Amino acid sequence: MRVVIAEDHALLRDGLTRILQAFDFEVVGVAGRGPDVLPTLLAHKPDVAVLDVRLPPTFTDEGLQAAIAARQEAPGLPILVLSQHVEPLYARELLSDRRGGVGYLLKDRVADVAQFVDAVRQVAGGGTVMDPEVVARLLDRSRPLDVLTGREREVLGEMAAGRSNAAIAGRLFITEKAISKHINNIFTKLGLPPSEDDNRRVLAVLAYLDS
Amino acid sequence: MKGVETRDWLRDGLRAIGAGVLSIVLAILNFPLFVLFVVSLVLTPVLGIGLALLPAVTALIRLRADVARRLGERAGVAIARPYRPKPQRMGPIGWRRYQWIITDPATWRDFAWLLPGAVGGLVLGILTLALPAYGVEGIVLLPLWLYLGTDWYGYGVIWPIENVGEGFLSLPQGVVILLLGLAVAPYLRKVEYLFARLFLAPTRAAELRLRVTQLTVTRADTVDAQAAELRRIERDLHDGAQARLVSLGMTIGLAEELVERDPRAARKLLAEARETSSTALVELRHLVRGIHPPVLAERGLDGAVRALALTLRIPTTVDSDLEGRLETPVESAGYFAIAEALTNVQRHSGANFAYVSIRRADDGLRLEVGDDGHGGADPMQGTGLIGMERRLAAFDGTMTVSSPPGGPTIVTMELPCVLSSPRTTLSSGTD
Repeated sequence: MRVVIAEDHALLRDGLTRILQAFDFEVVGVAGRGPDVLPTLLAHKPDVAVLDVRLPPTFTDEGLQAAIAARQEAPGLPILVLSQHVEPLYARELLSDRRGGVGYLLKDRVADVAQFVDAVRQVAGGGTVMDPEVVARLLDRSRPLDVLTGREREVLGEMAAGRSNAAIAGRLFITEKAISKHINNIFTKLGLPPSEDDNRRVLAVLAYLDS
Repeated sequence: MKGVETRDWLRDGLRAIGAGVLSIVLAILNFPLFVLFVVSLVLTPVLGIGLALLPAVTALIRLRADVARRLGERAGVAIARPYRPKPQRMGPIGWRRYQWIITDPATWRDFAWLLPGAVGGLVLGILTLALPAYGVEGIVLLPLWLYLGTDWYGYGVIWPIENVGEGFLSLPQGVVILLLGLAVAPYLRKVEYLFARLFLAPTRAAELRLRVTQLTVTRADTVDAQAAELRRIERDLHDGAQARLVSLGMTIGLAEELVERDPRAARKLLAEARETSSTALVELRHLVRGIHPPVLAERGLDGAVRALALTLRIPTTVDSDLEGRLETPVESAGYFAIAEALTNVQRHSGANFAYVSIRRADDGLRLEVGDDGHGGADPMQGTGLIGMERRLAAFDGTMTVSSPPGGPTIVTMELPCVLSSPRTTLSSGTD
């Protein structure tokens, strides 16, 4: 799988490259500065890109802007955005085109290598992966979610992080059947149209949380 | 809307007439104050009676001058207080207080105002009353004239009134004069306050001295607050991330030792190390958020407030007309002030809805945070609001809280003259 990396810190760039190469990704391009990101992405059209939010020269959010711009030029281009902090505001901007193939994670998550690589693959496959902290912060403020039981909230959080039923079942130590029952309940309680597609499901939940 | 205007005009006129009456009473008070001041000055060498008397008399004179300033402010003539701040460790009587009073030029300017102020107050006060009074006389003159039946009586331009026809003419004249009196009264008041301002407002030197005093206080507060902040950051780093990095190093070192002899234990230690590193990151993130939220660096004041509003439990709208970026310290002060106000809304207001408005004012920035809660917020309670006020004071900013019982609560913050120099350098730092 071909991947482009945008990260200005040499240490982190090398670390990311090493991790991805160890899992059979081919790093076809790297960018260290904000203005270089968009041309690199459009030149290589990778299967997935991993971008840092804050890049030189302004050290603000050029990585995020480049991601949004790239997806306007090449709709659906899978991009995973990494940052030292996550903001629901940025998540909303990334998700605003309502297409899959988007991820937004804290840099901390890279430390759990297997899970990180899994997230990169999911984004490459058109899935949506949101950092648990984004979900937690959205869950925290939404009062209508009081209708959900504790277990349902747990499942909702896992679901918004982009996990499949099987993965959620594994993490919460309950059967897949129970999970799909919980999910049906959640969708009914929140008045969302039922959907089998994992990605649509995530988008629906995030849109609901963010409304 | 014409009716409203007429009412306003009438109300202003009547109010000015009331102020005229007050002004006459107050002007009369000036005379005994003048005498008392002179007496206490003269008595100073005699047994030091003046040492006790002068401060008391000065306090009365300042009270009187403050009333004049207050009245002036209400009529749109702002008059600042010129007095030197009280020195510390000063008894209610004694040489130190005497010296403080006697060396303050404002004391002498107050004194100089007493007599001219009294005369001006009397003249203008009587003028304020006389015109409307004469008008009223014209309106009631005809019945009065018929009743008294005197033929030498006159009014306005007709003098004397010789028949009933001429008597009727006093009514329209009276109305015109009364309306004129009402219209002129507010201007007469203004003249009096402008005259008082000549004496009672601070001179340029006094203004600068007051400014220096204020700057000294706010600078000391700012330096204190900054030192406290640095101490807090140092402590947080020392007890948090630093300690965790030490433990991380130890765990990895131990794993290195064990990796050949006991790979399972080494693996467990490494997992533990990863856990520690992510806890350290969480702590650092919290710390950074408290120092300068990254989203503020990335998106500026309105972007950061929008990001904050998204995560609040109470639906909050953000309305901003800012373009471009403000100076970093101003962004930071504004952001934390708004964040504090919103925290208060969440915790105490019981509101269902809140709003933030960020606007450019004539010469600065005007921030407003409001909610539809139950009100009753007291700015003097709660260290948060006081802290906010101090932060803003470093920029000559002010904060006002309006929170009547039953709501709504509106916190208004103003930061003057902050948009004068646009940001030209980019912030440095990395993600």
